[in-house]
Amino acid sequence: MDFRWDILVEYAPFFLKGTLLTIGLSIASILIGTVLGLFIGLGKMMKNRLLAWPFTIYITFFRGTPLLVQILLIHFAVVPLFLDETSPVLAAILTLSLNAAAYIAEIFRAGIQSIDRGQMEAARSLGMNHVQSMRFVILPQAFKRMIPPLGNEFIVLIKESSLAALIAAPELMYWGRAMQGQYFRVWEPYLAAAVIYLVLTLSLSFLLTRLERRLATE
Amino acid sequence: MIQVKNLKKSFGKNEVLKDINVTVKNKEVVVVIGPSGSGKSTFLRCINMLETITGGHVYIEGVDLTDKNTDINKVRTEVGMVFQQFNLFPHKTVIENIMLAPMKVRNIPKDQAKAKGLELLRKVGLEDKAEAFPDSLSGGQKQRVAIARALAMEPKIMLFDEPTSALDPEMVGEVLEVMKDLAKEGMTMVVVTHEMGFAKEVGDRVIFMDGGLVIEENIPSELFDHPQEERTKAFLSKVL
Repeated sequence: MDFRWDILVEYAPFFLKGTLLTIGLSIASILIGTVLGLFIGLGKMMKNRLLAWPFTIYITFFRGTPLLVQILLIHFAVVPLFLDETSPVLAAILTLSLNAAAYIAEIFRAGIQSIDRGQMEAARSLGMNHVQSMRFVILPQAFKRMIPPLGNEFIVLIKESSLAALIAAPELMYWGRAMQGQYFRVWEPYLAAAVIYLVLTLSLSFLLTRLERRLATE
Repeated sequence: MIQVKNLKKSFGKNEVLKDINVTVKNKEVVVVIGPSGSGKSTFLRCINMLETITGGHVYIEGVDLTDKNTDINKVRTEVGMVFQQFNLFPHKTVIENIMLAPMKVRNIPKDQAKAKGLELLRKVGLEDKAEAFPDSLSGGQKQRVAIARALAMEPKIMLFDEPTSALDPEMVGEVLEVMKDLAKEGMTMVVVTHEMGFAKEVGDRVIFMDGGLVIEENIPSELFDHPQEERTKAFLSKVL
């Protein structure tokens, strides 16, 4: 098997562009998904079942249906409802954020509920209100426990952003497919994409491990 | 100072407090004893509304806690609580544990809160542990920090929920010493405990609870030496 380095060199600028968009998609979706996930997780934890219900439905839908279906639905059906011109990048960020939020909501809920009840009681007995107790006592502790599952989710998200290629968002996988289409070669584009994804996910898990170590109190 | 009137508390169908009437005067130290499951911890937790009250009223300095318009957070700043399991915040150092509520609730500037915190740590004999994390402390040290943390809000009343029950025996003394000092300074205290020695020595009044009711209350010498009720006698014969 000959490996054609020359076409890889030719495509390098596109791969670079694609990688930057992949990073962009991932960072945007991680940020939006985390904020949204916290909100949905807190919503699902509300004592009033009727109020918590929509959040449960949300999580059920986004966890229970394939991301590919969601991305096609949002790109071709949902976004055109609101915008005249649909944008693949926008649709990709939207789908990835909404999808990640469902998983992150459950991570937040598990993290918060894993903190001993006494912590909330101690905070409240000192006169702090519910929001202050959450912010200064419960969430910082819950966050520490949430880093490993969150890291997992972020890594999944980076990988799943490759589905955006199917709605022609020019991210890494899009250029991989373009290269395959142009040269009818499979090893070069897909191995290159795989290596780049691996570099991205490894860098992220390295950063998360360092964060975890920094937050350790012992 | 504290007035509890016809207090009732149920968890589902399980009625834990049946009809409690207790008054605690200013600077009084009231010790609550009784077998486990008697409702004494629940009673204590109702005094600062850590449990929602099913029926009756609790008044702190005339303010009715069961009134919907009462700002419970404000009342709680006046009522310190010490828990059996300490409940220190593990992600904060000892001094940060103490400074947090005064800074966030009372808006006291950081340097002032720190000075106050160090003074309290000196009082409980743990000034050198200010920068340590709770996990590195012994049980007795943790509980002394928890007491300092509650005192930092300058409460008028202190509630103790079995403060020595989770401690190794050799550490009970150091915590009781701190509590005795507090009583001497005139703090109003309600203490749920199994430490009968402490009840006798420090308590102005002892309340014996069983089955969700106050069975008997009296000054310690009378209650311990001349119990009137059969249930009190039976309990005391087991623990003394």
